[in-house]
Amino acid sequence: MHFGLTEEQEMIVSTVRSFVENEIYPHENEVERTGEVPLAVAEAIKAKTLELGFYACNFPEEVGGAGLSHLEFALVERELGRGSMALTHFFGRPQNILMACKGEQRERYLLPAVRGERMDALAMTEPDAGSDVRGMKTFARRDGGDWVINGTKHFISGADHADFVIVFVATGEDQTPKAPKKRITCFLVDRGTPGFTIRHGYNSVSHRGYKNMILEFDDCRLPDAQVLGEVDGGFDVMNEWLYATRITVATMSVGRARRVFDHALSYSAERKQFGQQIGKFQGISFQLADMITEIDAADWLTLASAWRLDQGLPANREIASAKLYASEMLARITDAAIQIHGGMGLMDDLPLARFWRDARVERIWDGTSEIQRHIISREMLRPLGA
Amino acid sequence: MKVLVPVKRVIDYNVKVRVKADNTGVDLANVKMSMNPFDEIAVEEAIRLKEAGKAEEIVAVSIGVKQAQETLRTALAMGADRAILIEAADDVGTDIEPLAVAKLLKAVIDEEQPGLVLCGKQAIDNDMNATGQMLAALLGWSQATFASKLEIEDGSAKVTREVDGGLQVIKVKMPAIVSVDLRLNEPRYASLPNIMKAKKKPLDTKTPADYGVDVSPRLAVLKVEEPPARKAGVKVGSVAELVEKLKNEAGVI
Repeated sequence: MHFGLTEEQEMIVSTVRSFVENEIYPHENEVERTGEVPLAVAEAIKAKTLELGFYACNFPEEVGGAGLSHLEFALVERELGRGSMALTHFFGRPQNILMACKGEQRERYLLPAVRGERMDALAMTEPDAGSDVRGMKTFARRDGGDWVINGTKHFISGADHADFVIVFVATGEDQTPKAPKKRITCFLVDRGTPGFTIRHGYNSVSHRGYKNMILEFDDCRLPDAQVLGEVDGGFDVMNEWLYATRITVATMSVGRARRVFDHALSYSAERKQFGQQIGKFQGISFQLADMITEIDAADWLTLASAWRLDQGLPANREIASAKLYASEMLARITDAAIQIHGGMGLMDDLPLARFWRDARVERIWDGTSEIQRHIISREMLRPLGA
Repeated sequence: MKVLVPVKRVIDYNVKVRVKADNTGVDLANVKMSMNPFDEIAVEEAIRLKEAGKAEEIVAVSIGVKQAQETLRTALAMGADRAILIEAADDVGTDIEPLAVAKLLKAVIDEEQPGLVLCGKQAIDNDMNATGQMLAALLGWSQATFASKLEIEDGSAKVTREVDGGLQVIKVKMPAIVSVDLRLNEPRYASLPNIMKAKKKPLDTKTPADYGVDVSPRLAVLKVEEPPARKAGVKVGSVAELVEKLKNEAGVI
């Protein structure tokens, strides 16, 4: 067993960390206040990321990425997790499902996404289909040689900046003994396609400036060339490529928790009450001990699941455990950090209230805590016939 | 032209430095170490000279414990071509004194024959601000310290120096030692491809004995103490009171 990072990995960590501290932190208050990322700031972050060769570093070298391992990419995302998601969105990490592009789709979607020329977004969730993905109502029917899509997607992060969207749509239904089961197909849809509208979604308590959008399909006509993967093979591409992306929430939760902890630790060493630093009271010091223990545990759980992917080992349960534990850990850490700061922790003058609000969504998106528990328990019980 | 850049591994500038309980030095256990920020500026300037076609090769040199290898890898990841590590101490707490460092650097320079040495004006650990000057004296080369601007011309360097009264522009004959100040440039981040390439770049390891230099200390540290805590300020009610205090309490006017 070896738990150390290589020199390259250490340098990746320190480079991304200073990037986040110098290029992301200074803009956070403005994004928080206005709910918008100024265009010039977004462009500058993107340009610097491209220049440093970190853009699309999750993609293999043969398509122009940096070919990082899952573990190395987890380290990058962990450090990015320290900063505002609205801003780190431009430290581009296109959906790796684009690797399923075939033929001329590579020139139109995959390669421009890796080069930072076109941005993508992924659309699955619908008003009536959250955790129950298969319950989606957006439907594509055959019309001549084309597909005609109707329906609505919501909570689509990053779609405000997307040049094209990767959308999961029902394309049929199979009868099964239990109930009808939908067949799903994945489509690539360009912004500006007739019948396709991207509009503003809801105001969220978490991650101001990282917008959730609503996509509307009203007789949106697409040729077969827009199908990503196979017709009715949506779940196959989803399982092949979106499997690993759940690590993102876990890594980012760990990174943010460390930033929050640094605030709590230094405040405990500085703030004096009853004639001494509050860190000298056991009520605070034991709290700090529990916090760092939980953060380290989540960090190792997350890195271990990424390492398993690199080794080609089954990792479904481990990734689910990491996502579950890290997102719930972040909720506890942000709450405890505010308690340590007292009333000041709730004020906009410190970023703690923001971290606390941002933490809430991590237990919901990319599979709720309940869905992760379902995956974890199913992986253990199914082989036993339960 | 070859450019030589000495780099030092020091406590990261973000770390709150603690004095050891026995007052023998600074606590280095579990403390984040980084490249001396002024040396980073020197590396950046060397890379810019190379990008401008004024330098062909950049050699980074570090003298200290074997962990200084990480500092050299950072220089390589930024864009230096190769590195030399002189392992002069086993204990991370040992600081090699400026004169010994200057002697070792002179020996390296005799071998490497660079046209320019770019070094940080001082290391942020001991703030000696001596190595560059001593090295210039040992080599008999021209020196330009505290550079905030550097222009390489034919056989000479035009250097803008940050001096107490403002800026001073001097012209020095090459080869020269230029020690760099904060405002010379803003160092770049290491790019991901360069981080990956850094490992493949050559890094030679030497010892002081290879150069016949004695690095044993000439100075003895008697006691290291925290600087006295700054006293809280006072509010003055009027200009007259301020002038009175500056005159009689502070004694500055």
